Amino acid sequence: MLARLKQTIVAAVGVTFSITMFVTLLSFMSGLNDLLDGLIINRTAHIRLYNEIKPSDLQPVNLSETYKTYHNFVSSVKPKKERLQIYNNGAIMDFLRTDKRISGIAPKITTQVFYNVGAIDLTGVINGIDVEAENRLFLFQDYVTEGNYIDLKNTPNSIILGKGLAEKMLADIGDIIQVTTAKGERMQLKVVGYFQSGLQDIDNAQSYASINTTQKLLGESGTYITDIQIKLKDITLAPDIAKEYQKLFDLEAIDIQTANSQFETGSSVRTLISYSVGITLLIVAGFGIYNILNMMIYEKMDSIAILKATGFSGRDVNRIFIGIALTIGVLGGILGLILGFGLSVAIDQIPFNTAALPTIKTYPINYNPRFYVIGAVFSIVTTYFAGFFPSRKASKIDPVIIIRGK
Amino acid sequence: MDQIILEAKAVSKYFHDPVTVQVLTDINFSINRGDFVSVIGKSGCGKSTLLYILSTMDTDYAGDILIDGESMRNKKEADLARVRNEKIGFVFQFHYLLNEFSVLKNVMLPGLKLEKYSEKEVEHRAYEKLKILGIESEALKKPNQVSGGQKQRVAIARALINDPLIIMGDEPTGNLDKKNSEIVFDIFKELADVYNQSLLIVTHDNEFALRTDRIIEMEDGRIL
Repeated sequence: MLARLKQTIVAAVGVTFSITMFVTLLSFMSGLNDLLDGLIINRTAHIRLYNEIKPSDLQPVNLSETYKTYHNFVSSVKPKKERLQIYNNGAIMDFLRTDKRISGIAPKITTQVFYNVGAIDLTGVINGIDVEAENRLFLFQDYVTEGNYIDLKNTPNSIILGKGLAEKMLADIGDIIQVTTAKGERMQLKVVGYFQSGLQDIDNAQSYASINTTQKLLGESGTYITDIQIKLKDITLAPDIAKEYQKLFDLEAIDIQTANSQFETGSSVRTLISYSVGITLLIVAGFGIYNILNMMIYEKMDSIAILKATGFSGRDVNRIFIGIALTIGVLGGILGLILGFGLSVAIDQIPFNTAALPTIKTYPINYNPRFYVIGAVFSIVTTYFAGFFPSRKASKIDPVIIIRGK
Repeated sequence: MDQIILEAKAVSKYFHDPVTVQVLTDINFSINRGDFVSVIGKSGCGKSTLLYILSTMDTDYAGDILIDGESMRNKKEADLARVRNEKIGFVFQFHYLLNEFSVLKNVMLPGLKLEKYSEKEVEHRAYEKLKILGIESEALKKPNQVSGGQKQRVAIARALINDPLIIMGDEPTGNLDKKNSEIVFDIFKELADVYNQSLLIVTHDNEFALRTDRIIEMEDGRIL
């Protein structure tokens, strides 16, 4: 059986190649996935509590006993005037801090503003944040590409502008810019840094200021907060906990899965594609092994016959061929895992600079051992099955026919 | 010495494809230890078929085969393989040596399968068998490096490795020239006389058959 060394090597190279590509592809794909998810997940609250201005679900006429059985056709219901503020937010935050499922909370104020650039006003959004909490939970400093994020807290009346916005306004660090709120209040803010999120829409319109600065800008008291961002220990619980809080606090609560469902779908589809490509490669390699073993059996018919004539049972013959297949699978698989790791490391070194992703310097790779385990298991399983059918055929060879045929 | 080691009881055999033809009809005979028996007959009289039935490789027959007093009917494939391994040695018209292994390893293979002796002992025994056949000097060569006559002798050594009850030969000299046939016959004779080895040889070489102890002549699936 050793005589077919060349074919055996070809088969093993097939397995090696497919395992290499499988591991590399999955590492690279899931590296990219993590990167893209990270763009959203690291920066987004797992649950966001806020007040939404919308018409009440139950109109007075619905509550009325008298008209319960009547059809209500009033369709032009308008929302009543209410504030965006979360009432009693201090107590809510205190309560949230005691919840064991939560790893942290950060209050936030979101407000519409106009950035005044000479005679022109640019619309945009200022996020008032608790600088330290924001950095701890959402890695704020990673996105501050110039300037120091903590200056936002230490310098009164300061602002960190989105990179695209700063370019439009020609604002350098240390410059003073002027903003106008929706209510007409004007305020001068000092630029202490730029941030770059990688999402153009955000970079062109948003900027960050501290909570105190924003409250001052809006002329509100120190308890004014419009959002509470919650980060959970286990992100998968977000939808359930969001529902729970929605009921408990009578607020809108949106979980990350609902808010970013397109990302979830994108990730899972990408993962699915890479798995199917990898598995296809392995199956093709499996067919290669199947073919080679089949040929081998036809060539070695005489040898198999004589082995059986001299007392080797069908099971022994079966074992020999399965053994060959598994040897190919194991050797090819191990080599493939090593090469796959090597290729992943190589890809990891390739520079990948993009303006959109300031924190990424090289192509992302996820060295998850799971891919290696899947690759190893799959290489053995496919080669086993590739060997199984030819060897069953070999074990059923009737020595009489071959010996007589000569 | 008159111990029966192989017995055929009313063995009949049919070929069903394409039409049912009876190739063996009611074969009854027995072989004692140390017998040197030859089976002769014209081509197609069923002598090879009989041999394959006796050797347990062909299981599609009527009647019964007793090897060493044990019935071969209703045995499983793995058990029959074990019987072949332990009790029967084969020599075919073609040598069927495995070119991947050395001559020595070829001889050792059935012994290693039997697992009665350790590998070292099997190797030692293989050398002894090769010595009996006068080819121990070729032990480490590959089968395709030795001559045709030597190959047949290696095949005989392989048949001997597990000290079988009986050696079965299917035209073992059919492919050999006069000189080599002579050598092979002398080996068989020596095995029978000196080592008290039973042999059952199918041949159509009448000269060969005449020199054996006993001749079974067959015609049209019957023993004459």
